[in-house]
Amino acid sequence: MHQDTSSAPTTTQVDILSGDTFQKHQASMPSNAWMQAQQAAAWNTFKSLPMPKRTEERWRFAQTVGLSLEGYTLQDKPADAEAILAQSAHLEDYAGRLIFADGHLLAKDAISEELAAQGVLWLSLEEALHSKPELLERYLFSLSTQLGSDKFEALGRAYARAGSILYVPKDVQVKSPFVAYHWASQEGASIFPQTLIIAETTSQVSLVDFYLSASGAPALACGSSHVHAGPGAKVFRKSIQNWSRKTHSFQSDTHTTERDAELYSLAVHLGGEYARFENDVEITGAGSHAKLYSLTVADDKQMFDQRSLQRHQAPNATSDLLYKNALCDTAKTIFSGMICVGKQAQQTDAYQTNRNLLLNPSAEAISLPGLEIEANDVKCSHGSTSGQIDESELFYMLARGIPKPVAQKLLTFGFFEEVIAKVDDPALADNLRLMVEEKFATREH
Amino acid sequence: MNALNIQDLNVNIEGKPILKNFSLTVPKGEVHALMGPNGTGKSTLAKALAGHEAYEITGGKALLDGADLVGLEPDEIARAGLFMAFQYPSEIPGVSIANFIRAAIQARLPEGENLQATAYYKELYDKMDALAIDRKFTSRAVNEGFSGGEKKRCEILQMMMLKPAYAILDETDSGLDIDALKIVSQGVNAMRGPDMGTLIITHYQRLLNYIQPDKVHVMWDGRIVRSGGKELALELEEKGYDWVKEELAAATA
Ligand SMILES: Nc1ncnc2c1ncn2[C@@H]1O[C@H](COP(=O)(O)OP(=O)(O)OP(=O)(O)O)[C@@H](O)[C@H]1O
Ligand SMILES: [Mg+2]
Repeated sequence: MHQDTSSAPTTTQVDILSGDTFQKHQASMPSNAWMQAQQAAAWNTFKSLPMPKRTEERWRFAQTVGLSLEGYTLQDKPADAEAILAQSAHLEDYAGRLIFADGHLLAKDAISEELAAQGVLWLSLEEALHSKPELLERYLFSLSTQLGSDKFEALGRAYARAGSILYVPKDVQVKSPFVAYHWASQEGASIFPQTLIIAETTSQVSLVDFYLSASGAPALACGSSHVHAGPGAKVFRKSIQNWSRKTHSFQSDTHTTERDAELYSLAVHLGGEYARFENDVEITGAGSHAKLYSLTVADDKQMFDQRSLQRHQAPNATSDLLYKNALCDTAKTIFSGMICVGKQAQQTDAYQTNRNLLLNPSAEAISLPGLEIEANDVKCSHGSTSGQIDESELFYMLARGIPKPVAQKLLTFGFFEEVIAKVDDPALADNLRLMVEEKFATREH
Repeated sequence: MNALNIQDLNVNIEGKPILKNFSLTVPKGEVHALMGPNGTGKSTLAKALAGHEAYEITGGKALLDGADLVGLEPDEIARAGLFMAFQYPSEIPGVSIANFIRAAIQARLPEGENLQATAYYKELYDKMDALAIDRKFTSRAVNEGFSGGEKKRCEILQMMMLKPAYAILDETDSGLDIDALKIVSQGVNAMRGPDMGTLIITHYQRLLNYIQPDKVHVMWDGRIVRSGGKELALELEEKGYDWVKEELAAATA
């Protein structure tokens, strides 16, 4: 029998922590000097930073002990492409679609000729490295959340390959949403989803990112998204996360709003064992508006760790954050939100609300709201509530003959409606309702 | 016996007796009015019968066509056929009226049977039209941001959709302007018939101009102290509750 003794066992070769794996990844990326340098630098940053500790302010109450990056592998191709493609069908009407699995592009639905003629770009990251490197150099990796996930963000950047790049020129309004799927499928897979949206002056666009698992296998996801909303632009980005229950995920989202821009961000969190979500809005333009919504269903021993930052650097702008979590069993959520209003950001209206519905007294919801205000003429508020189902609401439903389990379910779904109602796309809203219902349906009570 | 038959009901709130040997019979097919000053226990009666856990029934019976409701869960009581229009209906954020009523009807269907959506919406719209409720309300959250009058009309809408054997309407007339009062009364009158018994709790004779009661009862300190025909309501309007109080004092002296 022939044995190849020159190569080490496959596991060490593809282990994401090994320098060999990183070098192979670099060698397989499109040759672009800027990107090569960015990724090499990110790799060095990743290597040099320690794992976070809960003694750090930005990791307060987080369960950092079990967070290990050991044992995850880089996949050279996805398993079961057909099944994955078939399941990437939450929306029928879209302007463009990209489907990635285990870090590789599986399929692309390009934009219409009409949109292309208007100058809209809808590219995978690899395509963009070939055809639009100057766009990437200007915007990709340009911002970090400043919320603590530097190490994971660096890992994501070092291995970035699967990503959607969306560019909408001045005055162009795209009605249908863009859709991107990031699937994790194989045992121990690691994926590094990237999203970049650049909406130029007074353009309008929306994009939905689906983060999903094709199996119950353990996986690691380190992803980033950056939205650049130009003057007067209107951007709506939604992300829907339903990883396997053995997935650890670190998602860092950043947004910049220029003058008079309107930004909507809505994130749904259902899956994962540990899922950290950092959301950062940098308000650089006067008169801009940012709305940040999040909806989380946490059950079993799931841990959702959510940190947000609303940075007001320009006057007359508003930002409004609403994060709603429903918790079952012994699940845990952390919300840590900060509103920072700079000296120059007079007449800011900034709000932050975190509401937690505790469906089991053993569940734990931690809320850490914060304000840092340097301007003197502002309206800012933060509030958080944690509580069980309202007894009088429950009684009212029972008094109509609705059985208790049904009433509890309706009240829980009702709790989420405030967020789901913000979804401008009825088909997507219905999909979200279904996904939330499915999560409850599969629970053992 | 086909009646809502309440016998010597005693109800405590936080250990304090509120209903004291309260007895009343509303036969099926009749409309009775229950009147009485603030705080005498009218809403307590309604909520205790509905099975609210804060209202502790320490004795007595409440028979619905002969079957005792005491000790049943609130949803069981409702499905047994007793409907309560609340004085202060709860707001339920995120649950639309259409879904709410639908769930309530679904809960009354036999196991395995599903509500027919088209027929359901047709009936819902018909009843909303009859109560002059804008059809847009179907997608609004139950009672959320409703005016007082809208809430009361929504209670009657639910009653009309659920078609209970017995209903207790707790001050459904308060908060209604005269037009709404007429509309709501028409709704109640339309349901009136041999298959339904109704107890109307009110402070005002004006409602009874539109819904003529078969009997009027006056409540005082946790029990009924006087019963009569519809002329009793007129007498009360004229003489006030002090008259009842004085008579009572004279009788117990
Ligand atoms: N949840 C409660 N906790 C404590 N006391 C209560 C509660 N509900 C009612 N009570 C008391 O019970 C008594 C009867 O109240 P109830 O609401 O039944 O009166 P009512 O006859 O309906 O009055 P109104 O005409 O003002 O509606 C009052 O003294 C009231 O304060
Ligand atoms: Mg009352």
